[in-house]
Amino acid sequence: MARDENLPTLRAWLRPTWWRRSMPQTQTAYVALAFAALVIVVWMLAPVFMTPRNLLNISKNFSFIAVMSLGETLVIISGGIDLSVGSVCALTAVVTMMLMRFFSATAVVNVPGATIVLAAILALALASLIGFVNGLLIAGLRLSPFVTTLGMLSIARGMTYVLTQGRAQYPVGPDIALFTRLTNGAVLGLPPQLVYLLVIAIIMALALRQLVWGRHLYAVGGNMQAAALTGVRVPRILISVYTLSGVAAGFSGVLIAGWLGAAPANLASGYELRVIAAAVIGGANLAGGVGGAAGAVIGAALIEVIRNGFVLIGANTYWEEVFVGVVIVLAMLVDQIRTRRLF
Amino acid sequence: MRAAAPILRLAGIRKSYGAVEALKGIDLAVDAGEVVAVCGDNGAGKSTLIRVAAGALEPSAGAVEFEGEPIALGSPLDALRAGIATIYQDLALAPRLTIWQNVFIGAELKNRLGLLDKRRMRVNAARYLARLRIELSDVNRAVERLSGGQRQAVAIARALHWEARLVIMDEPTAALGVTESARVLDLIRSLRDGGTAVVLISHNMADIVAVATRVAVLKTGVKIYDAPLGDLTADDLAHMIMTGTPPAPRA
Repeated sequence: MARDENLPTLRAWLRPTWWRRSMPQTQTAYVALAFAALVIVVWMLAPVFMTPRNLLNISKNFSFIAVMSLGETLVIISGGIDLSVGSVCALTAVVTMMLMRFFSATAVVNVPGATIVLAAILALALASLIGFVNGLLIAGLRLSPFVTTLGMLSIARGMTYVLTQGRAQYPVGPDIALFTRLTNGAVLGLPPQLVYLLVIAIIMALALRQLVWGRHLYAVGGNMQAAALTGVRVPRILISVYTLSGVAAGFSGVLIAGWLGAAPANLASGYELRVIAAAVIGGANLAGGVGGAAGAVIGAALIEVIRNGFVLIGANTYWEEVFVGVVIVLAMLVDQIRTRRLF
Repeated sequence: MRAAAPILRLAGIRKSYGAVEALKGIDLAVDAGEVVAVCGDNGAGKSTLIRVAAGALEPSAGAVEFEGEPIALGSPLDALRAGIATIYQDLALAPRLTIWQNVFIGAELKNRLGLLDKRRMRVNAARYLARLRIELSDVNRAVERLSGGQRQAVAIARALHWEARLVIMDEPTAALGVTESARVLDLIRSLRDGGTAVVLISHNMADIVAVATRVAVLKTGVKIYDAPLGDLTADDLAHMIMTGTPPAPRA
């Protein structure tokens, strides 16, 4: 009818200006600004901050958390939470080390690189299985994500102690050098963990923005009932995000083990809170339906810069946790102010 | 008028919950371009009837025909795919998603590479709203920033995308103010003018008189009245709902 007359106005709607785009992007923009401001402040107070050596150190430290945060962000977008990431991280790390030792005593040892590759793949399969079970319990039996993954936190940590009897596990066999190179060497002058992180983050950002899966994930988190009503396969989406969160946590565990050259049984204890904090600071909303890859990375980087800054400035590091807590609350506040349009 | 088969025909619909019979054999036919108001007091069976038509509830007995063909509605998704869109009171929208994202939930458009075609979704969402004569300046706005009437428009735009030939609206004006209610009634007229059949559940007699072309009145699971609106007034309707007796013919 009056369709064609409307086309000029329609054109104007096609490309939203950045501050009008959907929520996750704008929250990420605010956090990116805060991050930039923080970097400048720390740099001014402690010039040593900007040395390549320190930046390298920071990027290694935050990459582990950021990789886990990416998986956690997917779960949070779905409206859930995954408390088991720290434990899954530890379990995967120790299982990788134990399998490496196991394969070193078999014929596999004759194939270069095979012990670590096989060990890591099998350990990651275990991590994805744990995530899958989380998703199955939450999507299939409709158990609460909080309680289910709290249980899994305990189960995975318990299994870590049972398997290791509390002893740290070390890489063994002919592929130790390769393992170290893959996890603690340099790729194009960058730490490998940072390269892995960036690759995973870019893939995730593209999947969230360009694939139907991503759209459905936001729909499930935004209104599960509405999504189900229009044919979104909600259980499949939920199981996929918990599985991916498990894999991300496991991958981080392998990286940490390589970096430390060991996998202690108490590895990554309490990391779940840092991981969730990074996701939330980055703009993921625990109510669901909001979040993104860039936010998770920036959130994790922001926390690490705070930690690093406290050390460099020589401030009492006990204050660091307080400061991180304040940042979490501030991030939520900014989110509230934006969505309610208080300014 | 009734040359072709009706869009929706419910025949002898019964529904029991244990010993309680909520629907005692209801017949209802809805034609294209009709707005049929279903009214009745609480417990009359309106919601049960609507849930049967929406695929949310399986009847104990009776048949459902859509465009002349018997149809089994196992779920709301079956109904939506067949062409029956139900707009519930809570609207089933995702508040933090944008207008266009809500319109296309579960029915995203893809380009040749299998990736999301966001541009086409934005344009089409704007077109659906334009077809409803709704002015929403920006389809990238989050639904949580919209008024109740605008949200109804988004829900109806989604129904347009699914090419619904029948739209069932459950108390669409219940939570709205006067201006917003008037807008929603305009939306219903737009749907009707476009040839879509509408079933309207409402407690608001003035709304019914304003947009309905036909009225069906239920009382304790039985249809006691079903006729074109004619010159029925809101008072006549209220009287009928309370007493269960049709109004005396006027001189």
